[in-house]
Amino acid sequence: MNNSFDDKISGVVKSIPPSAIRRFFDLANEMKGEVISLSIGEPDFVTPWRVREAGIYSLEQGYTHYSPNQGYIEVRKAIAQYMIRRMGLLYDPASEILVTVGGSEALDLAARAMINPGDEVIIVEPCFVSYKATVLLAHGVPVIVETKQEDDFKLRPEALEKAISNKTKYVMIGYPCNPTGATMTEDDLKAIVDVLDRYPDIIVVSDELYSELSYGEAPFVSIAGFPSMRERTVVVNGFSKSFAMTGWRIGFAAGPDTIIQAMNKVHQYCIMSSPTTAQYAVIEAALYGDKEVRDMRDEYNRRRRVIYNGLLKAGLKCFEPSGAFYAFPSIRELNMTSEEFCESLLTEKKVAIVPGNAFGACGEGYVRISYASSIENIKEALSRLADFVFEIKKRESDK
Amino acid sequence: MINRQELLQLIERNARISEAELAVMIGSDEKSVAEELCILHEENVILGYAAIINWDKTERESVTALIEIRITPQRNKGFDQIAAQLYRYTQVTSCYLMSGGFDLMVIIEDSTLREVASFIAEKVAPIEGVISTSTHFILKKYKGNGIVFDVKKSDDRETVVL
Ligand SMILES: Cc1ncc(COP(=O)(O)O)c(C=O)c1O
Repeated sequence: MNNSFDDKISGVVKSIPPSAIRRFFDLANEMKGEVISLSIGEPDFVTPWRVREAGIYSLEQGYTHYSPNQGYIEVRKAIAQYMIRRMGLLYDPASEILVTVGGSEALDLAARAMINPGDEVIIVEPCFVSYKATVLLAHGVPVIVETKQEDDFKLRPEALEKAISNKTKYVMIGYPCNPTGATMTEDDLKAIVDVLDRYPDIIVVSDELYSELSYGEAPFVSIAGFPSMRERTVVVNGFSKSFAMTGWRIGFAAGPDTIIQAMNKVHQYCIMSSPTTAQYAVIEAALYGDKEVRDMRDEYNRRRRVIYNGLLKAGLKCFEPSGAFYAFPSIRELNMTSEEFCESLLTEKKVAIVPGNAFGACGEGYVRISYASSIENIKEALSRLADFVFEIKKRESDK
Repeated sequence: MINRQELLQLIERNARISEAELAVMIGSDEKSVAEELCILHEENVILGYAAIINWDKTERESVTALIEIRITPQRNKGFDQIAAQLYRYTQVTSCYLMSGGFDLMVIIEDSTLREVASFIAEKVAPIEGVISTSTHFILKKYKGNGIVFDVKKSDDRETVVL
């Protein structure tokens, strides 16, 4: 980088720190190909063929033009159907659904459409890395609420209430959670809604990208399903995780029309419209993809049990993850930082996992292990991890 | 309670998986899995465990033939007697009663062209009740038992994705 241009970079952009785990990133990338990677936040599955085929067919038909800004109406209708079928949430495809470039864009649009400079946004950490950055880029002020292993990394009502001020614009929640694998049951959410009912001006942005990957007895519940929340929740969801469609870049936002239309305004000038081929593929996914989603979820669930079991056997403390495709064990007892642990594991055992502090300061002392990888890889990685933990404990006790 | 369908699906996909591993995957315990497998054997739900082999990658020079057979069903015995007469030959690896334009589908594996020809001429055609046969040879196997043959396994994902 040419340093003489440093003063040309905006203050906001400069204020965003580079990833907390930059060093680890570089090291891991250098070792690409030699390592078993359980550090990947995307499905290992290829997009189901019926969905790929629908994309190909649209290309054969020559559907290669811009779509309407808000997304093809057929796509929005398919999403509306999907939302009522899978989440029991009713949205008007004409005004309450916006098709975006991944859930990522929807998160950014929500921030830019709602935040005035200085507005506060409550962010629940550890969390997906873009929540804080999108708020900062929109000149907002992130207010961090930390969740704890003792609470199974759930957002607790007292913690939320403490963070609320008269500047709070919205609360950003994301369950099932990347990186912790935590979920919120209906009762857990009810406690949050009880708090929010006392602050009727606060909006909720609910990142539900992993809604399909929820392994508890009870099905996934959206906070927008609570009557008092429907009109002030922006649901962000998409096809990347549940339908193994990360590279297609389609997500969506669903919520009250004023906010959705404001988001559409930003989207219109920055993106114009989401990719056309991918939109056609998504129609197929949203309408007919349930079985494929179920099969992948069942497979993740089996891997989840294998990982959880393996981590306990390796002697790591871990809360049982109930959603997404991550486990978030504690490495506190080993007297190392998350980054030291991951670096040594990478260089000594050729297994890549992610230091927990990448997802917020309170992630320190934990590591994120993704089970979006084959059972064979998972088993091999677990066995190397167990050796590694054993060796560290031995080194410690020999001291 | 063990989910039978899931258990069966898992061992159908990988018969070598241990009972301990199965137990973890389906959220049960080793003893229950072992018992359930035992029952499944006794009930003849599980008939055996086989490997899926791409013979084309070996020295074996043989053909796979699908023989469609039209027959006149026999009084009191329907199609079963002729089917039994055919499936008892060891070279017959599968035998099905079909709906549609013919009645029995007989599959012969690991035979030479000559052996298939003589099997049809000497064993199948002379059976009373066989009206006609139509034989198809497999030229190339793309996918079998749910597995695509000849796929390159590679992970093209980035090393770290947050
Ligand atoms: C919690 C969470 N939300 C949103 C996203 C963004 O997904 P996409 O933009 O592919 O829809 C991710 C991706 O890793 C994620 O983990």
